Amino acid sequence: MDNQATYNYKVVRQFALMTVVWGIVGMLLGVLIASQLVWPDLNFGPYFHFGRLRALHTSGVIFAFGGCGLIATSYYVVQRTCNVRLISDKLAAFTFWGYQAVIVACVITYPLGITFNKEYAEMEWPIKILLAIVWVAYAIVFFGTIAKRKVKHIYVANWFYGAFILAVTLLHVVNSAFIPVTMWKSYSAYAGAVDAMVQWWYGHNAVGFFLTAGFLGMMYYFVPKQAGRPIYSYRLSVVHFWALSFTYMWAGPHHLHYTALPDWTQSLGMVFSVILLAPSWGGMINGIMTLSGAWHKLRTDPILKFLITALSFYGMSTFEGPMMAIKTVNALSHYTDWTVGHVHSGALGWVAMITIGSMYYLIPRLFNRDQMHSVKLIEVHFWMATLGTVLYISSMWIAGVTQGLMWRAVNPDGTLTYAFIDAVKATHPYYFVRALGGLCFLGGMVLMLYNVLRTVTEGKAVDARIPAVAAHA
Amino acid sequence: MESLYLLIPLSVVLVFVIGIIFWWSVRGGQFDDLEGPAYRILHDDDAPQKERADGADIQKTRDADGDER
Ligand code: HEM
Ligand code: HEM
Repeated sequence: MDNQATYNYKVVRQFALMTVVWGIVGMLLGVLIASQLVWPDLNFGPYFHFGRLRALHTSGVIFAFGGCGLIATSYYVVQRTCNVRLISDKLAAFTFWGYQAVIVACVITYPLGITFNKEYAEMEWPIKILLAIVWVAYAIVFFGTIAKRKVKHIYVANWFYGAFILAVTLLHVVNSAFIPVTMWKSYSAYAGAVDAMVQWWYGHNAVGFFLTAGFLGMMYYFVPKQAGRPIYSYRLSVVHFWALSFTYMWAGPHHLHYTALPDWTQSLGMVFSVILLAPSWGGMINGIMTLSGAWHKLRTDPILKFLITALSFYGMSTFEGPMMAIKTVNALSHYTDWTVGHVHSGALGWVAMITIGSMYYLIPRLFNRDQMHSVKLIEVHFWMATLGTVLYISSMWIAGVTQGLMWRAVNPDGTLTYAFIDAVKATHPYYFVRALGGLCFLGGMVLMLYNVLRTVTEGKAVDARIPAVAAHA
Repeated sequence: MESLYLLIPLSVVLVFVIGIIFWWSVRGGQFDDLEGPAYRILHDDDAPQKERADGADIQKTRDADGDER
């Protein structure tokens, strides 16, 4: 039934299912590259080498898993909160197939060694252009729907999603500036330190607006809905949004401490990073306090456990981040696995958990079911995900600090105490623990896939009716 | 260093753009009511729609604030 009386759930369903599929693919790659670091013999031939698969892992989990999750939920939230159907079914379908085409193109080209050589933006220029077109279409569908809304106020989640969509457009365009040489090779239009600076301007804001703002949009809708309570303070959520938007982009230089970047820029980045703690924690507290007076729900509802644990990890990584941005701390942590640990406390603890929780809320509704096939399995998934995350980040903390201390240790005569290989050896057991944690997290995702497939087959794909909005007198 | 000549002006422009959007949305009354919207999403019932025995869908009407009547 393709008319204005219903919401377009079809495209939400498509993106939601692909979220789970790409989650498994991306995390499988994560476990594979983690294992390659433990057992280097697993580097088979040129195509399945760590160097190529690592980029596929990062793009797979961030853009395929996280991206599909963000698009699915944003399409759902924007329709439900604006009380209208997406402006165009055709354009929405195009965003789905176009986005999947981009991902598949990456999956094929990265192992072949076709790369633009920029972290988190490795796709070559033809794919970059396709992505830009798809993204603009996504922006048109999202903002067009907002423009057509039947409710005057734009719910705060949509502000976060909107900032995410606009920022990613700008970041992608500026960072992708390329000079093509052949069909599958191009070079960055920037050179040297300028290129590095543009890259980290991109990388940092991608963390801020993709991995943070986008998922905060998710949080501001699904936490209150699942808890059945209004957000703790709506006022604070609005302040949170504007404070993040104004401060995030100034913190980027913390990725380039002790490099050719001018010293004052590094210090500026450090100061803004510390300031960033305030809005981040404001948001975390706002989300968690939504449960105040209803804490008992946490005991019985595994979906809420996912959402609230995600917020706790968000709080943790946004505390850790400002600490690592302090130059003296960064002198130790930079280039070590501490950074990788920080990344995954955000990635597994925050991004993946908030997405998983939201999917468990969303998927039954898209298939006309009251809840997932098995709530028990969600509970098991929750504990596997938590254990996996804890194993991952604690092993990387120890590995990182060990590396940092060993690298800087000097003998009284000024020579280095340890050769580089000594630190590699010391790290080996922690790499094993990390791989184990990853396997645990991945196992949870496989349970999720099973649970989702059962829910889908028991349910029926429906497009919900749009509740009538009576015109204001 | 040269990159700063690109990125700092770009960031400053962005701050102004964000500032304008902020000013425009405040003027537009987006933030006049900072209580109601939190409740509104909860009033929106997105539970699966069951068909009633007589075949009619259970439908509720809402006013623009989302309150059921
Ligand atoms: C099963 C779970 C996962 C495992 C086992 C895993 C494993 C890994 C490994 C081994 C690396 C390379 C580290 C190195 O180069 O030394 C890595 C990098 C990375 N992963 Fe994951 N990962 C997992 C899930 C995720 C998820 C869900 C996300 C994002 C949402 C993510 C985002 C990243 C990022 C951004 C990097 C690059 C880090 C950096 O450059 O500092 N990972 N991961
Ligand atoms: C207030 C918030 C945060 C601050 C100030 C912050 C700060 C930092 C710092 C200082 C680094 C290390 C840079 C280096 O030494 O190379 C870093 C790396 C990173 N952070 Fe955060 N962080 C924050 C929150 C987050 C969150 C919530 C995520 C979500 C997943 C995240 C993802 C990353 C990634 C992916 C990197 C690694 C980039 C790379 O080297 O490839 N951060 N962050």
